[in-house]
Amino acid sequence: MDKRVVVAVGAFFAAIGLGAAAQQRTAVEEIERYRAALGDGNPAELWEARGEGLWKERRGPKNASLEKCDIGLGPGVVKGAYTVLPKYFPDSDKVEDLESRLVTCMVMLQGFTREEARKDPFGDPGKKVAMDALVAYVTSQSRGMKMNVAATHPKEQEAYEVGQKIFFFRGGPHDFSCATCHGADNQRIRLQDLPNLTKTSDAQKAYGSWPAYRVSQGEVRSMQWRLYDCFRQQRFPELDFVSDASIALTMFLAKNANGGVFDAPSIKR
Amino acid sequence: MADPMKIRASMAGDKVEVKVLMSHEMETGQRKDSKGATIPAWFIQNVTATHNGKTVLSAEWGPAVSKNPFLSFRFAGGKPGDKVVITWTDSKGDKRTDEATIA
Amino acid sequence: MNTGRRKVLKGGGGAAVLGLAMVAGLFRSNGAWADWNKAAFETKSLADAVKAMGGATPVESKDIVITSPDIAENGAVVPFTIASKLPKTESMALLVEKNPSILAANFAIPDGTEPWVNTRVKMGQTSNVIALVKADGKFYYASKEVKVTLGGCGG
Repeated sequence: MDKRVVVAVGAFFAAIGLGAAAQQRTAVEEIERYRAALGDGNPAELWEARGEGLWKERRGPKNASLEKCDIGLGPGVVKGAYTVLPKYFPDSDKVEDLESRLVTCMVMLQGFTREEARKDPFGDPGKKVAMDALVAYVTSQSRGMKMNVAATHPKEQEAYEVGQKIFFFRGGPHDFSCATCHGADNQRIRLQDLPNLTKTSDAQKAYGSWPAYRVSQGEVRSMQWRLYDCFRQQRFPELDFVSDASIALTMFLAKNANGGVFDAPSIKR
Repeated sequence: MADPMKIRASMAGDKVEVKVLMSHEMETGQRKDSKGATIPAWFIQNVTATHNGKTVLSAEWGPAVSKNPFLSFRFAGGKPGDKVVITWTDSKGDKRTDEATIA
Repeated sequence: MNTGRRKVLKGGGGAAVLGLAMVAGLFRSNGAWADWNKAAFETKSLADAVKAMGGATPVESKDIVITSPDIAENGAVVPFTIASKLPKTESMALLVEKNPSILAANFAIPDGTEPWVNTRVKMGQTSNVIALVKADGKFYYASKEVKVTLGGCGG
């Protein structure tokens, strides 16, 4: 399938007989039109509705809902909470992102074990999971607000620095780092422009667009998934769900996006 | 029972514009699972939309309609406060009906 | 007053009504609507699809407009609006020429409903997309090529 599409795209360029630079512009503009056409009617709304139900549903051995969960602005406050994450939480004595916090609350409020709460974080065709629906719901309540990660607590600052180190760390069989693809302007994979995450404007747009309904996946994908999948594509060892490393990297990206308008859940290829 | 649809109905000039998001896998029957077995086809086959008991749209779908289908259409004769009812049935015989009030 | 029918509708409950409906041919035995043109959904060409819908050779028409991006960043979800200015438009169908089965969707347009539909279909590869309209008992079509590409690392 991949080879066929690459050949087809190549033939397309040859057929329309444009110069290389002009082809790229035209194709990029068309892809923008494609993205705009998908804007209305985002299947992520189905996840948001399911997530709201799961937030309020009594679950687990303690038969409790998540409605008293503190995800950054105090117990039960959902509106705007995503804009301050990741954040240090005294009750767990760690810096946590949204998904880590949901796991913490599932354990503390609902009585699940950490293994149960962390199991199956990402949905798949035919397999519905709670985590991505909860993420869709919580993040939808921060839509339109500006990212405002404090990163003042010593552990938050440490997480930022560790995240920065990870971002620039080259490893794996391809000797890739995040920066290899996301550390400079005008990088591209096939027809997809890559954001330069070391540049504020790109960082704001990129961070503000996750979670997203990925049409190629048919699922809502969160930041934890995005990082997990980047590691996979870099041929790095598997990034553990809500591991300290994943939270540190998220802290680096989130703080770099401060001031940007959060506009998710979005819809992407 | 399938997940509920998200239906929005609002006035666009003198017509009612309806936008529906349905929750459905829309399996084509072409995909294979990780063990190599073909995942059976499973998709919405019929969609009906009614307003005051009158059918304002009906559709026959095949598995090529995208997963979590989106549909939008417009009809005359509705006004704010009226209800639009949408029903889908799929190839397994599962069915879902939801309604929305015209804004 | 038809007490017999009232008894069936009230007392007989769902099962009886369903039984009647099955007999009346409204449902197949698995509960799916019988009103689904299986033959049309198995065709592989425009000509065969039209035949399966009970028509003859369709005529190209400028009164049918397909609106869509020219390039789809992913073939799983490609958005289309099909609109018909042909008088007495009864139905509008969306076909993807290179898909395993050409017919994706067929919409019946009752009186009072605008001949205008927006939906999203899967495209297996770059292909012509056809809007097939039945108006006043005859078939018309318009066609447009949409390129399908793959973004990012292919995931």
